[in-house]
Amino acid sequence: MAEKVNQAWTFADVARLSDREIYGKTLVSLGTTNKNIVVLGSDLMYSNRTSDFLEKFPERAFNFGVAEQNMMGAAAGFATCGKIAFVSTFAAFASMRACEQVRTDICYPNLNVKIVATHSGLTMGSGGTTHHATEDLAIVRSFANMTVIVPADAIETEKAVRAAVEQEGPVYIRLGRAAERLVFQNGYPYDFKIGRAITLKSGKDVTLIATGLEVYESIIASDILGKKGIDVGVINMHTIKPIDQETIINVAQSSKLLVTVEEHTVIGGLGSAVCEVVSEKCPVRVLRIGIPDVYTVIGSPEELKDRYGLTGVKIAEKILNIL
Amino acid sequence: MKSDSSIVRELEKKSYEMRLKTAIMAEEYGGGCHYGGCFSIAEVLTALYFNILNIYPENPKHPERDRVVLSAGHKDAIYCVILAEKGFVPKEWLHTYNKLDSHLGMHPDMKKIPGCDMSTGSLGHGLSVAVGMALSGKLDKSDYKVFVILGDGELQEGSIWEAAMAASHYKLDNIIVFVDRNMLEFDGETEKIMALEPLKEKWQAFGWNTKEIDGHNIREILDAYESCLEKNDKPNVIIANTTKGKGVSFMENNWKWHYGGMNSEQEEKALKELEKKINEYSM
Repeated sequence: MAEKVNQAWTFADVARLSDREIYGKTLVSLGTTNKNIVVLGSDLMYSNRTSDFLEKFPERAFNFGVAEQNMMGAAAGFATCGKIAFVSTFAAFASMRACEQVRTDICYPNLNVKIVATHSGLTMGSGGTTHHATEDLAIVRSFANMTVIVPADAIETEKAVRAAVEQEGPVYIRLGRAAERLVFQNGYPYDFKIGRAITLKSGKDVTLIATGLEVYESIIASDILGKKGIDVGVINMHTIKPIDQETIINVAQSSKLLVTVEEHTVIGGLGSAVCEVVSEKCPVRVLRIGIPDVYTVIGSPEELKDRYGLTGVKIAEKILNIL
Repeated sequence: MKSDSSIVRELEKKSYEMRLKTAIMAEEYGGGCHYGGCFSIAEVLTALYFNILNIYPENPKHPERDRVVLSAGHKDAIYCVILAEKGFVPKEWLHTYNKLDSHLGMHPDMKKIPGCDMSTGSLGHGLSVAVGMALSGKLDKSDYKVFVILGDGELQEGSIWEAAMAASHYKLDNIIVFVDRNMLEFDGETEKIMALEPLKEKWQAFGWNTKEIDGHNIREILDAYESCLEKNDKPNVIIANTTKGKGVSFMENNWKWHYGGMNSEQEEKALKELEKKINEYSM
């Protein structure tokens, strides 16, 4: 298949690349035409692939060393001067180490800073709790003016990064680490709009509302359940804030059970956001699948996903248990 | 720039007028303000806004303007008074200080105050923001400068030193920092709480051009600024030795006046002392 991805690379390229590799290439593509884009890193540029931009446009790329707070503050300063500042580091550090700078220097004055946080959730595996980012969505979602996006795969990553540039104001994009499985192999190209969820599949018994890596796992879960005669829908909730209330209300009305699935603590992330909508607008039972209220252990990302019940098989099991 | 004696005298007088207006505004509100820091930085802010800065009150967002980051955002009361005096802020707003929905409060909000380049209030943030502004200026080949007002207690924040390292690394000679070295912070003396000395040497070790002046001496402020124009690829810091609460006898060097409101006797005494000083300059 040689379908073009925004004329920059082929579908076959995308299938081989991780979210962050696509992010790096997308930034270079954007930076070629938009000279207002500057890119800031904190000694992880070769990890999060902003190194592509650094090598292509060294005058517009700035490494701040291991100093995330300073990097976020400087991004705010750039934005006050009309620049679009892309800032990247691991999600754990973007959301926590520099938390107050993100909230007070970037979100409070509503500045045009795009935080692309990589290695989110459990994707740092053996890095352990210090490098797992399991609270970031809860944290950044609570900041006024912030838009929060979690792409499901590399194709959606590119779309999210491009959409973030088109939208004025702070955006947090949460990426994983490895070459994530492609969700949109058959459905590409599609219309990506910030705040508008994508219904991958409708189902009248159960609807899975998933984000990020868990969209793929939810598709597997829906197939397993489908074979058992349960009609399961899958929603790709790529935008956590502003959350797509209309889609949530629609599926809350048409399904007997909603299940949220996220590689994030069940406190404060997608599950909470969905519950906030249904509890006020259309009360319905919601099962929140995510990481429990614990500090996560060491292991490979795949092992950890299994441990915390975030594989398609485990998701299906959990749903069967409560039906 | 001339720093002849009449200009200096005018600016000295202006600094006391700004103190007086700050006291009137803060006492009209009733709860006072951060008198200690507002009064210690009065000459530096007056020299900046009435002599040094390249600014455009009629076009506050002019791309070529000099930027000011009031990193010690709690010095906001006198900053608002000065912005009103310069015509950025309507003078009527001063009567709303700290009141519900006011544009003006204890810490500046860039979205609400014309002429304010950055929202501040949480200490230790401003120098990083200035680094971004200064890098942007270099990228755009603009000549604007970025001025930063740092409190001395604020230097205990680690993020200040992250930014100090970056400004030096990126050779940001378009940054000029004033440290309001009044030796006092909220809980008392900086050297007893968390010692900052040797302060000048710290900045030097971080690769900055470093000057130390009497922060209440207008001529020294203007001269120190002039010396920052000699470009040598280094950012500039001017340690302004000041007296917290300067200008009101019972506030001077008294850490309890970091923040506070006056009773009616104190208010009468303070206003009288400031008016007397202004009258001396008028003679």
